[in-house]
This record gives sequence, C-alpha cells and structure tokens, in this order.
Amino acid sequence: MAQREDVNPAVALVRERPLVVVFVALAAVLGIDLVRKLANGGVLVADLATFLWDGTILGMSIGLAGVGLAMTYSILNFANFAHGDYITAGAFAGWLTTFLIAGFGEFALQALVLIGGPLPISTADLGISVTATPIAILAGIVVSAATTAGLALLLDRYVFKPMRDQRGISLLIASVGVALALRYLLVYVFQASSRGLTAGAKTPSFQLGIGQGSLPINAHEVTLVVLAAGLMLATHVVLKYTKLGTAMRAMADNEDLARVSGIPTERVVRATWLLGGALTGISGYLIALERGVLTTGLGWELLLLIFAAVILGGIGSVYGAMVGGLVIGLASRVSLVWLPESFIIVAAFAVMIAMLLVRPQGILGGVTTV
Amino acid sequence: MSTTTGRADRINDAVLLLGFALGIYVLFTLVSFVLGLDLNGTVNTLRRITFLSAVYAMLVLALNLQWGYAGLFNLGVAGFMAVGVYTMGMLSTAPSSTPPGLGLPLPIGILGGILAASLVGVVASLPALRLRGDYLAIVTLAFSEIIRRTYRSPVFQEFTVGGLSLGTGGSRGMSLPSNPIRSLFYENPTEITSPPSAFGNAVFSAAEGFGIQSTVVEGWAWAIVLLLVVAGIYVLLRRVGNSPFGRVLKAIREDELVASALGKDTRWFKIKVFALGCALMGLAAILWRIGGIASTSSFMPIQTFYVFVALIIGGAGSNTGSVIGGAVFASLLFEGPNFVRRVVTELVPVGNAPNTFFDAVGALAGLDPTPLLAYTLSDVNVSALRLVLLGVVLIYLIQNRPDGLLGHRKEVAASVDLSERTGGGKQ
Repeated sequence: MAQREDVNPAVALVRERPLVVVFVALAAVLGIDLVRKLANGGVLVADLATFLWDGTILGMSIGLAGVGLAMTYSILNFANFAHGDYITAGAFAGWLTTFLIAGFGEFALQALVLIGGPLPISTADLGISVTATPIAILAGIVVSAATTAGLALLLDRYVFKPMRDQRGISLLIASVGVALALRYLLVYVFQASSRGLTAGAKTPSFQLGIGQGSLPINAHEVTLVVLAAGLMLATHVVLKYTKLGTAMRAMADNEDLARVSGIPTERVVRATWLLGGALTGISGYLIALERGVLTTGLGWELLLLIFAAVILGGIGSVYGAMVGGLVIGLASRVSLVWLPESFIIVAAFAVMIAMLLVRPQGILGGVTTV
Repeated sequence: MSTTTGRADRINDAVLLLGFALGIYVLFTLVSFVLGLDLNGTVNTLRRITFLSAVYAMLVLALNLQWGYAGLFNLGVAGFMAVGVYTMGMLSTAPSSTPPGLGLPLPIGILGGILAASLVGVVASLPALRLRGDYLAIVTLAFSEIIRRTYRSPVFQEFTVGGLSLGTGGSRGMSLPSNPIRSLFYENPTEITSPPSAFGNAVFSAAEGFGIQSTVVEGWAWAIVLLLVVAGIYVLLRRVGNSPFGRVLKAIREDELVASALGKDTRWFKIKVFALGCALMGLAAILWRIGGIASTSSFMPIQTFYVFVALIIGGAGSNTGSVIGGAVFASLLFEGPNFVRRVVTELVPVGNAPNTFFDAVGALAGLDPTPLLAYTLSDVNVSALRLVLLGVVLIYLIQNRPDGLLGHRKEVAASVDLSERTGGGKQ
C-alpha cells in the first residue's frame, strides 16, 4: 500500500481488518454490560463465580481431551473424528473397572461389567466417590488410559497406517467410519441407556459463600481440575524435555526433514497415539466422574467443542488446545449472563467461527509446532 | 461435447440406472415374498425403497456438486436441510395449528424454504473462502449444529414478529402442511377426512381390486413425483457440470491456484456452488418431510454422514454415480439390515432375546449360538449394528475404492473431447 505513511494506524486497522474491530467492539460492549449488571444486581457475583467455575471445569475437560487430538492433528495432519469415541471407550473401560472393584461380591458380576445399563445398579448402594473408593477410582483411571492407548494403536495399525500417504480429507472420512463403528459397537454390547456412576451423598462438597449467594464446589470437580492441570503439565514436560518430545515436535514441523535427520517416524507416530490415547482415555474417565453420568454419546457430543478448542488454540498446538479449551468453556458458561441455556453450545461454536474469521491460525498458532 | 461418445455415455448411464433399479426391485420383491407379505405389503415395500432412494439421490446430487465438482467439503448438509424444511413449515403451516405458521400458499412456502437454505448456504460459504479442507469440514458441521440447536431452542418454540405469531415447536417439532399429492386424489386435500375426487375414486377402486390400499397408491404417486424431480436435478447438474462454470469448478477441485492464475475469481464460484447446492438440499428435505412433521432429531450430524456415505459409494464427481449411490445406500445400507433381520427371524426360530450381551455370549459356552443371534437381531441392536456396518463400509471404501462405484470414469474438462481428436478421421 503506497499511501500507508499518511494514514492513521487506527484508520488503517479499520480498513484492513474490519472484522477484528467489530468483534473487539462487541466484546467491549459485553464487558461493560457485565460490569453494569454486576453493579445493579442484575447478575449476582456468586452467579458469575458459578459460571466461571463451571466454565473452568468444562474448559479443563475439553482442554485435556483436546491435547490428544492436537497431538495427532499436528503429527498425522488430519482431523480425527473418532477422537470423541476414543473418549467414550476410555470412560467405559475405566468405569467398568471401577464398578468391578467397588462392587465385587456385593452385586451381580454381569451388572457390574455392564456398568448398570440394562441391569440397573443403585449408585447410592455402590457408593463410589473419590474419598470413599479411591483405589477403585485410581484403577479405573489406569485402565482407561491403557485401554484407550491400546485401542488407538490397534485402530491406527488397521485403519490409518495403510493410508499414511493419503490426503487429510480421506483420513478424516475414514475416522468418521471409525467413530460410527466404535460408538455403535459400544451400544451393541452395553446398550444405550444412560447410567449413574457416583454416589452424591458420599461425595464431599461445600458451599463457598460469595456476597449474597454461594458457589457450590464438590470433590469430583476439584479432582478433574487438579488432575487435568497436572496431566497438561506432564505433557508439557514430556514434549519439552524428552527425546521423544523433541522428535514429536520435529515431526510436526516438517516430517520429511525429521525423517532424513534419522528420526524413526513410524515409532514416533506410535508413541503419539500411545500418549495421546492415554490422555484421551483419562479425560473420558474424569469427565464421566465429574458428571456422575455415563452415556454412549459422551465423547461424540463433546467432539465439536473439542475441535472448537483445538482450532481456537491453533491446530496442532498442544498448549493452544489447553488455552482454547478454557476459552471455549468460559465463553459458553459466561454467555449464560445474556443467553438462555439452550444457546450455550451455540455461543461456543459462534466464538470458534468468529475466531476462524479473524485469526485462522488460532491464538497460539502460526507455527504448527506441538 | 462431441456427439457420438456423449450420446453413448448417456445411453450407457440410462441402461445402468434402469438395470440397477430393476435389480433392486427384484431383490425386494423376493424379500417380500419370503416375508409372506401380500401384494399390498410388497407394493408398499417397493414404494418405501423408491421414496428413500429418490430422497438420497437428490441429496447426493447436491453434495456432489459441492464436493465432487468443486472439492468443497461441506459437513453441514443436515443443517441446510433443516433450514429448508423449517422455513417451508413456518411459512405455510396454518395459523391455527400449534406451533402456528403464516398460512401462505404451499408453492410460496417451498420456494421460501429453498431460498432460505440457499441464503444460509451463502452465509456458511463465507468462512469457506478462507479455510482449508478440514477446517471447512469442522466449521460447516458446527454451523449445522448451531442451526439445529436454534430450531430446538424453547426460545423459538413460539414467538411473535410484527404481530404475526409463528414458531418451530422446539423439541416437540412442528407439523408440516399436508402432502401436495393429495390434491390429485381428494376434493379437499388439506383435510384428512376429505372424500376422494372423481379421479381419486377411480384410481382407488381400481387399486382396491388388487387389494392395494389408497395410502399406498398416494405414496407411489409421490414417489414418482420425486423420481421426476431427481431426473430434473440430474439434467440440471449435468448441464452445469459441462458448462464453462462446471469446468472452473473442476479446476478449483484439482488446483485452486491454477484456476485463479487463469483469472477466475474462485471465491465467487465457491459462493455460487454453496448457494445452488444448499438450495437443492433444502428442496430435497422439503420433499422428504412434507406431509409429516419437522423434528430436529431428523437433522442430527449423522444425517450428513448418511449422505456422504452414499456419495462415496457412488463415487464423488459422477452424477450417475450419485443417483446409484443414493439408491444403494437407501435400499441396502439404510433399509437392508432391517429386512435381513425380518427375513432371518422368519426363517430361523430364534426365540426370545436374552437381556444382555453377556447372557447371549454366555450361551456360546454351551455351544448354543441362538441366544446371541436373537440378541443381535433384536430391534435396537440391528439399528446399532447397521451404523457399525456403515462405519466399516466407509472405512473399506475409502481404503480400497476411494473413487466409489462410478467415480473412476474420466470427467472430461475440455469443451471438446480430446481423446477423440487423437484418433483422427472419426466423425
């Protein structure tokens, strides 16, 4: 642009990126309105705190679930639509284990293996919670990680590996096939009924008084947030300080260059599925723990939100997935200040689409490095 | 397109389509025979197959324009379908029904539905202008979910705009205007209890002679209308595909950079393709649902994947393949498993299904496979396994036959047939 020197930078911004200006203005209006509502009591501080806490929980769930997706996205270059059903599979494997350990001898073996479902089990009688049955929960986490990692490796071997040289869209379509087959195999074996998991009465919880209201917090929510933060930190350490992490980052940057430098790319791919799968399984287990309910649609219903988080953070960036998850989680819950509840998911998707329009590379994107 | 090969292709396609339709009809007549259905039941089975095949053929043709021709990976099919149906419903449902509509004449409602779907398609295409394939897939999928959740929201269950009240019915859905085919057979087509017209009376009593009920006759008439619409869309898209516009679309699919280097503003082409394709999706959905109810559960993302599977079966890029893919999907993959269940339960007495998978597998230890078979063949499990089958078919096709049944054929992008030139001398 020749005339740039004599144009005011603000005017130039409006001219070149009008959308950015519109969205920033919109955010500012909403922010001012929020302050006004808080001041005149239209929204209680405690309500806002509840929205923020719920948003953090949702954000940490999505973020943790998104890390695995971002890893495979950056290294294998395709959007894995089966990711949601890996989450569900992990949750089922883990909760089956927890039920077996917590209820062994007291309940029919079949009912425990099916996690209730067609043979309902009273969650109050079973009495599962982090404090009441910590060993069963821990075992469930371990099994969900191991099972999902194994499943991811198996599916990679038979579905994705033969297609390594194909375009991302072909792999995406194959992953839709995997998603359908996996989810409905679970329905076939376990039946589609929604199942209760934890005993509310045995879950420690307290009310945090804020202003005129209060913020309820329970142990399972805290467990999810703390474990998710810990696992994200561990992922960071693995990626940053281990040989495997370096190899993964190198591959995400430039696969051919990585291969000629002597990185065994197939082994790195397997390690990625292993690591990503384990994190995905754990995320499924923890999300079900926090919700206290498990359905066969658990992961699929979260998948678009997870994609939104991964895209928002910048596809292929693991840190981006974490940040994106929090943004999506907070945006969807805080939108309750203005929108009815039926629109919270819509708000999250709208944030994603708006983000793609103004900054297609995502918040932390630009370089697709893990 | 020069004469001889073009005509030969067209004749080949017609023979292929007719032969295929005949094969499907013979198969399902045999199935009906095994199931012991009477003539009315058999004719009704064939009607259902025809109707669904026509609906999916329309949807696949529309998607083929976007994906097969222009390479735009639109995962929002269900959303655009919903826009068509709901707009038509809101415009044309009587103001007295719940939720109320505007009560406009049906042609205006249908046209409005198509235009709305097209307009929403244009809006959705705006992000498509800047996004890579997989981003576009996710954005369009999110778009269709935004649409579905909006229609489902209690906020729009019933609302008033400028003194006119209308609504979507929220999670309960909305009843749609009666099927226009009824005006052929009834004096007062909008009323359920209306006496048949003179023509209707003649046709119904003739059919009665063969034991065929009037509802089946009506259904067949509607199915035939749908087949005619499929033919119309097929001809339209064939012309679009062979026009200069269609050649630019193929160029975009193969290499967008080259297309724009040749001076084509590829953004406009993408917007137009979205507008036309989404309009056709809206039309197909209107013809599919009219006379019934519109419910958001019909427009889940799985509906989009159904259309994609059908397109991949037929082969992206081929219009004839699209029609065949739609029919194969609707008759064999969508309806087929249920017929398999009925045939097997007819032939093998499986008894009562066990309650759980483990009861069923447990019986295998005693070398008795019938409980597992009975469990597998129960209603819910067949519909679950049908989707497993769908997934497996999708993986198989994309790995082994990514071009589908007919996608391997060369689509000539030049306006003259280059292969014919090299032969020289031929007319």
